[in-house]
Parts: sequence; C-alpha cells; structure tokens
Amino acid sequence: MALEFRNVTKKFTTNAGDRLTAVSDVSFRVDEGEFVSVVGPSGCGKSTILSMTAGLYQPSDGEVLVSDAAVTGPNAHVGFMLQKDLLLPWRSIISNIEFGLEARGVAKAERRARAMKELEHCQLAGFDSHYPYQLSGGMRQRAALARTLAIDPEIILLDEPFSALDAQTKLLLQNSFAGTIAKTGKTTLLITHDLVEAVLMSDRILVLSERPGTVVAEIKVDLPKRDRPIERRVMPEVSDYAAQLFKHLKLEEKAA
Amino acid sequence: MTDTTQAVAGRSAPAAKAPASKGTRPMRLANPLYASLGLLVLVLLAWEFLPPALDVPKFIIPTLTDCLAELSRMWAFEGLLGHFLSTALYTVLGFAIGSLLGAVLGYLLGMSEFWEKVLSPYILALQIAPKVAFAPLFIMWFGYNAMPKLLVTVLIVFFPVLVNVLQAMRTVDRDLVNLARAYNLGRLGVFWKVEMPSTLPNLMAGLRIASTLAVIGVTVGELVGGNTGLGFLISYGGGQANAAMVFNAILLLTVIGYALYFALVKIETRVLHYLPRAEH
Ligand SMILES: Nc1ncnc2c1ncn2[C@@H]1O[C@H](COP(=O)(O)OP(=O)(O)OP(=O)(O)O)[C@@H](O)[C@H]1O
Ligand SMILES: [Mg+2]
Repeated sequence: MALEFRNVTKKFTTNAGDRLTAVSDVSFRVDEGEFVSVVGPSGCGKSTILSMTAGLYQPSDGEVLVSDAAVTGPNAHVGFMLQKDLLLPWRSIISNIEFGLEARGVAKAERRARAMKELEHCQLAGFDSHYPYQLSGGMRQRAALARTLAIDPEIILLDEPFSALDAQTKLLLQNSFAGTIAKTGKTTLLITHDLVEAVLMSDRILVLSERPGTVVAEIKVDLPKRDRPIERRVMPEVSDYAAQLFKHLKLEEKAA
Repeated sequence: MTDTTQAVAGRSAPAAKAPASKGTRPMRLANPLYASLGLLVLVLLAWEFLPPALDVPKFIIPTLTDCLAELSRMWAFEGLLGHFLSTALYTVLGFAIGSLLGAVLGYLLGMSEFWEKVLSPYILALQIAPKVAFAPLFIMWFGYNAMPKLLVTVLIVFFPVLVNVLQAMRTVDRDLVNLARAYNLGRLGVFWKVEMPSTLPNLMAGLRIASTLAVIGVTVGELVGGNTGLGFLISYGGGQANAAMVFNAILLLTVIGYALYFALVKIETRVLHYLPRAEH
C-alpha cells in the first residue's frame, strides 16, 4: 500500500477563533504505481489532503500512512508540486532541480548527475543554466516535475499543476507528465478541477463532497493508454466518465 | 541644433544592438542622458550669469566661478581633503554598521513572530522619532569626537533597512517555505536557502534608501559638534558669511551620497541578476 487515509478529519482554527472542518472522515487507499485523481468543489479540502500527505499538517483525527508508516512530518517519501511552479528565481534550472537533494546529504557530483538525468526526462536538455524567468510556463512546470522526480519519491502529489496553462500547452504537458510518470512507475495523486483531465490521466478518481469534504464516489477508469492522454482523449468513453463525475458533483443542481 | 540631432542619431545605432522593443515613436530616439547633460549646462550657465545680472551679492549667491575659486582656496588653506575624507569615511562606516545591525535584527525578528509582536510598537515609535535630534544628546554623552556623528548615522540608517527586511520576511511565499520543509530543510536551511534570497530585493531597496540617509546623519553630526568634516565646514562657512564655502561643502556631500548610492545600484544589479529586467 503506497498511501492510505484512515478516517481522516482536519479542523483549522480560523483567524476569528472558531473551528472550521476542512475534511471530515476521509478514507481511501492508493496502490503502488497507481494514478489517482481527486476532484471536488472549490474549498472542499483537496489541497488540505495533499498537505497532510506531504506531512505539512497533521490530521486532527485519523491517520495518514505512506508506505505503511504514519506520516508525522515532512519526509523523503513524498514529492509535491503545485499550480505555482515554486522554482527559486535566483537559481538556475539545474540547481533548482538539485534543491530537493541538498538537504538529503547527496554529494555534489551525484546531485548534478541526477538532476541532469531528470532534466532530460522532462525534455529540458540544454536549459540547465537558464534562469526560471527565461522559461515558458509549461517549461517551468516541467522543471518543477524534474525537481520532484529528482528526490526519487515514492509518491508524487500534484495540486492542479496544469491549471495555469493554456489549452494546448496543457494537453502537451499532461501527455509528457503522464509518459514520464508511467515510465518511472511512481504512485501519483493528482488534484484537479478539470474533470476531463482526471479521466484522461487516472486509473481511479475520487470525488469529494462540499466542505467538509468527504469521499462521495470512487470511479475506476477502465481505459487503456494511461501513459498517453492524447490518445485517450479521442476514446468515446471519456465523455461518459466525465458525465458520471459531473453527476456526482451535482453541478446541474447547483446551476439551477 | 543639427549637432544634437546627429549625436542622437549616432547614439541610437549601437543602442539598437539590444533586442529591446524598438520604439516606432520618435520620442524613443531622444536619449535622456543628453537631455540631462543639456539641463546641467543650462543650470550652470544660469548660476554663473543670473546672480550678477540681477545684482544678487556674492555672499547671498556666489557664482560658479566664485565657488570654484573658493574650492581651490579651501583645498590649499582649509585642509579640504581631510574634511572630505573624514566625512566620506564616517558615511560609509555608519552606513555599514547601521545597515548590518538593521538587517540582522530584521532577520531575527522576521524569524520570531513573538518578538516581532513584542517589539513592533517600540520600533514604530523609534522610527517616527526624528533621529537627527539625538545628535546633541550623543555629544553630551560622548563629547566632541567622531562618536556622536557615527551614532546618528547608524541610527538613521538602521530603520529603513530593518523595516524593509521585516516587511519582506513577512511576505515570503508560504508555499515556497513549505516546499523547502517538505524537502527536509530545517529552520536554518529554510532561512538561508529560501527566506534570505527571497528578501534580497527588499534588502537592497532598503540599503539604497539608507545610503541617501547616511549622508544626512553624518552632516547633522558634524554640524552640531566637532571640528572636522564637510558638515563642520558648512557651519564654519556659515558663521563667516562665506556662502561659497557652504555651497561647495553641500556639493561635495552630494557627491559622497551619490557615489554610495551608485555603488549600491551596481551591486544590486549584480546580485539580483536573475530578475527579469524591463527592456528599454
Ligand atoms: N492553514 C489554514 N488555516 C485555516 N484554514 C485553512 C487553512 N488551509 C485551508 N483552510 C480552509 O480549509 C478549507 C479547504 O481548503 P483547501 O485549500 O484544502 O481547499 P481546496 O479543495 O484545495 O480548494 P481549491 O479547489 O479552491 O484549491 C478552506 O475553507 C480553507 O479556507
Ligand atoms: Mg487547492
């Protein structure tokens, strides 16, 4: 079992002093090598789930397990990526990719070698000495993925990594991420607002309710070509899956 | 007239090497440097010829040539070089000490929300208090030596640096800090690898402001007490109704401030090379 949430509830204390339940009684499991997406209305606690997996916050109740060990703090098993690329503007691309390795006592030469390898995986060869501002948004996200992969995490957490990109870049990037992730065999948790994206990229999709978020549906995507979203896109079943998600999110009722 | 247009045209050719957005507007062709220099010439000419034309006496507004003559007299008989170097030295020294203290305290408070809250009302109060007014007090405490002017300078430089650093520490991207934490960096690691570099642009801005204030600090210190420095020459010249001496001292003080400011801008463009620069 790569990742497991056991009856996890997270409450925040707001600035006003009262308690806000972000997620309530969330349970799910993700197998090794699986690609699972989480969809749900805005503010339902998706990012909170990600932060708890990364060990940035502790659950108020319940347990988060990564590789069968309870998560008690930031740890080497997990790498995460957000909508913002979070590249350090003062570092060149290659030393950004090395960033995650520095605190882990990896020797300098080996750091560079691993970073170079990931740079190539993410189709950024030749951009090692560029600075982030010299790259396009899509390239910056690829650099962020390279940085995430460089630490060789067991699980990759992606929080809407494509949502700031234009439609075409998004498609290409989804494809390149999917290929890279499939090749490395990493377990992945993708948080997204884009229902079609969830269908194109995942083995399984978890649907969360309104806040306090809890898992209301779990949909297995029975389609081939997980590593090639561009090819999945044209399959007729995609719209059926998207329609299912649509229904679970009760979007029509809300629009009414 | 023709001369200037030619000079401008000649200048725009090498400038086109930079892949800047080449303006199609004719305004783009005018080089601001030439305009600035032209303005300087105009002001100097007015300075030289306007006061005598308007019958303004020399001890009210000395002309440019009066000032230059006085400058060489000051050099020969008043030990101008010594005064100049003393002021320059204490400006740089006060700036260095004050900004170092401001930056260190800014970072320390930025790392501890508790102490920041405890100290912030006092910092605000001290920031509002006119620092130069402390000069007489420092003279009472330390006597007529270099200490008072150094202290005034340190005090006046300290706050803009402190406030800029503190402000920047408060606004460091939380997600960036979380990322660093997720990569197993400890408190110090987060500071050196994320917070410190993130706040560098604000630190540099604070230093730039501080550099202009440093000259004020030293000048006030010298005006109030002591017998060295350009500030002393100002009060000495003032006492003798020697306006040219005052003018010269003010000019030289400006030169010191300008040099310091310019050096900082140079350092800043070096250190912050990774920031995308607006193409002109
Ligand atoms: N550190 C925090 N302190 C207090 N409240 C928080 C904190 N982080 C999140 N929340 C609250 O928890 C709820 C869930 O937030 P979260 O960011 O997980 O939502 P989300 O599902 O990721 O939303 P979106 O889809 O808009 O990104 C929100 O109401 C938010 O205000
Ligand atoms: Mg979110």
